[in-house]
Amino acid sequence: MNVVTHKAGAAGFLHRFEGLRERLPGGRLPWLAALRDGAAEAFRAQGFPTRRVEAWKYTDLAPVAEAGFDEPLTAVDDAMDLPPPLAGARAVFVDGRFRPDLSSLGGLPFAAASVAHGLDALEGRLGALARPAEEPMAALNTMLFEDGLLLDLPEDADGGVLELLSLATASERPAAFHPRHLVRLARGARLTLIETATAPEGARYLHNPVFEIAVAEDARLTHGRLQQEAPRAFQLSTVYARVAAGGTYDNFTLNAGGRLVRNEIHVALVGPRAACHMNGAQLLVGEQHADTTTALEHAAPSCTSRQTYNTVLMGRSRGVFQGRILVRQAAQKTDGYQMNRALLLSPEAEMDSKPQLEIYADDVKCSHGATVGELDPEQVFYLRSRGIPEGRARAMLVEAFLHEAVEGVTDEPLRRALDAAVAGWWARQEEGLAA
Amino acid sequence: MLKIEGLTAAVDGKPILKGIDLAVPAGEVHAVMGPNGSGKSTLAYVLAGREGYEVTGGSATWDGLDLLALEPEERAAAGLFLAFQYPVELPGVGNATFLRTALNAIRRARGEPELDAMQFLRLARERLRALSMPEEMLKRSVNVGFSGGEKKRNEILQMALLRPRLAVLDETDSGLDIDALRIVADGVNAMRGPDFTALVITHYQRLLDHIVPDRVHVLVGGRIVRSGGPELARELEREGYAALQAQAA
Repeated sequence: MNVVTHKAGAAGFLHRFEGLRERLPGGRLPWLAALRDGAAEAFRAQGFPTRRVEAWKYTDLAPVAEAGFDEPLTAVDDAMDLPPPLAGARAVFVDGRFRPDLSSLGGLPFAAASVAHGLDALEGRLGALARPAEEPMAALNTMLFEDGLLLDLPEDADGGVLELLSLATASERPAAFHPRHLVRLARGARLTLIETATAPEGARYLHNPVFEIAVAEDARLTHGRLQQEAPRAFQLSTVYARVAAGGTYDNFTLNAGGRLVRNEIHVALVGPRAACHMNGAQLLVGEQHADTTTALEHAAPSCTSRQTYNTVLMGRSRGVFQGRILVRQAAQKTDGYQMNRALLLSPEAEMDSKPQLEIYADDVKCSHGATVGELDPEQVFYLRSRGIPEGRARAMLVEAFLHEAVEGVTDEPLRRALDAAVAGWWARQEEGLAA
Repeated sequence: MLKIEGLTAAVDGKPILKGIDLAVPAGEVHAVMGPNGSGKSTLAYVLAGREGYEVTGGSATWDGLDLLALEPEERAAAGLFLAFQYPVELPGVGNATFLRTALNAIRRARGEPELDAMQFLRLARERLRALSMPEEMLKRSVNVGFSGGEKKRNEILQMALLRPRLAVLDETDSGLDIDALRIVADGVNAMRGPDFTALVITHYQRLLDHIVPDRVHVLVGGRIVRSGGPELARELEREGYAALQAQAA
């Protein structure tokens, strides 16, 4: 590992920050300037983490550090081909900037706006959950974010389904953008937020979003993330969620695109009976690298957490799952479960799995498991003995494995979007295998 | 006609079948009985083409077709069906999808038109009713959470849908209560006729009270040591395998 290279990659971003400092959104707000300066200090100290840093042991950021990124150059009037909407309401971001002209947010029973335009009122809220000193990608985001989606659901509001579409454009030199999304659900509010990240095939970019999510008492956020970035793109995302008593945060992440992807989720269950479901599927081919890292903190009694991640690996792809569950002393009657399964369809693919349980309470139910394997030959034979040709038999079993990961998603619109994305991905792979 | 001649097979390098000679004329149902470890299941797997069951000599033909040269799915297309002793669970694969994919794969191989979802459902419902199985079984993952009896009935349902010309039933009676046994036997008997040939593998005579075989063969130590009429099954039930095992040793 070359420590110097990683620092050099960081230097480019630090240099840009120094040049842009005053002109970044909210540049004249003292609290925000202090926040950005602090993040820059943290990022200067850490740089892009190397694999010597425990949290990054299995994911090497050298390709990101060496890429050399520019600011995105999208003009506001660029014509865009948008995918069809998943639901009625949609917030569209292009290269990390909110595009009201492409969005449809009318008639919503809650406030949905651009972070850049609302900064005056975000002191104490923006940055309340993110930890730039601990997570270098959050430091980079805090230093350079320009915009993001600001959602505020009032008490008992039913927000229905909102789509967050993040598009990147293809440009001569790779661009980096660092959107900062803030989501707040007041007591009893509900929302399904489905985020799609995608771009034209040839685009090269770094998408480095940070979410800060606050779920109040008895509120429920279903957060679906469909990561379908361009094949040469990088996505390094960090989600911070804090869930109060009786509240629920559901996260389902589909990792199907990108060259190098990290999906890092920090959830704190801070009130009794709070719940968190983190599920996902990673579908990896070629040289793709995808890393799912979760950190779940049970800080209050009688909370429930469920995590299931299924990864399918083809080609020379590499998958990573790191899952930490921390049960604090106060968190009696914790019910925690974590499972990750990987299906290796190629001898050159690799999966790294690292569960980590830290339990300080004595009355808890906490379990975890991990399996890595190939298709079960007995299952393949059973199907073939019924006349199903071998290729089709194997395909059916892979589909079943993928289906299993999506099965637990109860939210109907999210389920439909995921089923379509998974089926589309598999159809492309089958075509590739048949060719 | 199923014709097995001098068939020898090994598992993990260990010889299990040591020269099987067996002929089942078309339209007949023969039973293969034998003690545990005699090679009954190995014979079933070798006929179906399971990996890891290495044929070291001899032949098995079906109407002159060399079964052993075919892939498992080709054997199925040629009309062979193995009812598994331990049906395999397929989490995430819906039973209906499984049955329709299998049926259409076989129909395609036979040059028959495929069934669409509606046509399939109509057929599946009819077969389910005949086997006293709830329609709900179509919605579940294949064999997942099924009781022992349900799994065996699911095998018979597959047979009823795929309509094989040659069925090998591997200990289909094990783990069945008397009602389930009758349902399974009725399912097999309903298929009997000049176009249905079967090899019923069992440890006990019980099943053969319901599926009365034309011939009974006794497999001991990887060889057929005796053959006879249906009365041979009752004799074995009475006297056990010990005498035959001592003879074979």
